[in-house]
Amino acid sequence: MTTLLALPYWQETGIKLGLALAIIPTTSLILVYLFLFKMMAFMQSRLGPNDTGPYGTLQLIAEAIKFLQKEDIHPAQADRRVFRMAPVVVLGSTFLLYVILPAGPDAVVENLDTGIFYAMAVSSLSVLGILMAGWSSANKYALLGGLRAAGQLIAYELPLILAVMGVVIQAETLNLQEIVVAQATGEIFGFGGIGNPFIFTQFLAFLIFMIAAQAELTQTPFDMPVAETELVGGFHIEYTGFRFLLFFMAEFGTAFAFAALASVMFLGGWWIPGFDVDDNILNVLGPGVMLGKILLISFFIFWVRFTYPRLREDQLQKFAWKVLIPLSLANIVLTGIFKVVF
Amino acid sequence: MVAQNIFFGILSAIVIVSALRMVTTRNIVHAALYLVAVLAGLGALYVLLTAEFVATTQVLVYIGAVMVLFLFGIMLTKAPLGNEMEMTGKQWPLAALVAALLGGVTIYSLLNGFGSDRLVTDGPVYRTADVSDEVFSTYIIPFEAVSVLLLAALIGAIVLARKD
Repeated sequence: MTTLLALPYWQETGIKLGLALAIIPTTSLILVYLFLFKMMAFMQSRLGPNDTGPYGTLQLIAEAIKFLQKEDIHPAQADRRVFRMAPVVVLGSTFLLYVILPAGPDAVVENLDTGIFYAMAVSSLSVLGILMAGWSSANKYALLGGLRAAGQLIAYELPLILAVMGVVIQAETLNLQEIVVAQATGEIFGFGGIGNPFIFTQFLAFLIFMIAAQAELTQTPFDMPVAETELVGGFHIEYTGFRFLLFFMAEFGTAFAFAALASVMFLGGWWIPGFDVDDNILNVLGPGVMLGKILLISFFIFWVRFTYPRLREDQLQKFAWKVLIPLSLANIVLTGIFKVVF
Repeated sequence: MVAQNIFFGILSAIVIVSALRMVTTRNIVHAALYLVAVLAGLGALYVLLTAEFVATTQVLVYIGAVMVLFLFGIMLTKAPLGNEMEMTGKQWPLAALVAALLGGVTIYSLLNGFGSDRLVTDGPVYRTADVSDEVFSTYIIPFEAVSVLLLAALIGAIVLARKD
């Protein structure tokens, strides 16, 4: 790594945080356009969203204008301060996730030593915002949605963290950059050409992580908190215009962040076979590779979302506590045994 | 060191104000949200002390799990929206006395134990790996004891929740 330019710490951090702030809306726009407008319209034979303007690109602008011109409504009974704060808390949790997502050897806002542990901690903050939104809306459907969200997110946070443990044991670090390096320098039966992406050795953890992430993101088989047919709209039922847009942006921004975490932990992150792990060129090529991997993983997230029916509340809880958690514990034990033996 | 002191002042002010508001507010959900602010402020103070792992654990355990369960429980049972309720119990002078005593003992023991010692500003930075090395070697017995305690609590919860 050669230093091209040296700035004081606060300037560097300021620029990086500004970039991260700009990236969140961009990533959610990419996901909304590619998957929500194009892919869902084709999969579910919906007419409209996929052909406004050239390749359906004008739909985004139409949606933005629609959201911005809507009136900012507070329910009469609502607790105004909490009501206004809730979307900010949810989006704040998303923003904190982006702080540690690495896109190259140096292309990261802050290379935290606690890495993935920090990601799990800040992603759990969004529940707080959802509970605040559900309670302060003064609407029983909203409150039910908030409570469902809390119950679901608590249940699925455990398999999520336990699945990550397998990767952490194998990489011997929590740091996301070092997890990438561990995969890049790994070998599969003595062959190091493509490194050792942990999806091969930790496939069970990958599956559990993706299922739990689907639940954390409240995407469709697990979308009881917002179930339109039961709860009208769940916790964001009373939100209009820009405040709703904040929730919407946080949902897709977090989906992008979780896809990024999965590609860092299981698919080798920003490393490209054939390059040194600290090659400066990877700071330029890395973000592109990451974007490709993230879009691949988001494709699976949204594919499941658009094709599966919703689970029942009791099925959801049973699945988390009786299937996913025992499986992820077994994965930790197995990984531990292999780590000691080999 | 100046920047640290300024941020320490700001964070302490946030924590103290939130703590006071927590015990004086008349809305139980607001009280819980102020408690979140207190815990988040403490987490930020841990970051200032370069205890990154402790700060992350604080966020994950206290805000992400304990406070969410608190709010979940409050909202599931009683969470009056809008109308204020009397939340000050009859025994508040006694509670204030106990809190003052506890605070006094803690402050006294800290002052007595450390006196005029100052935190080394350019000392070694303890990474997460160092923390885990300590936990699993020097402090292995307390760690195991806490694990057994948690297991007992878990079994107790299951026994209470079982219907048969």
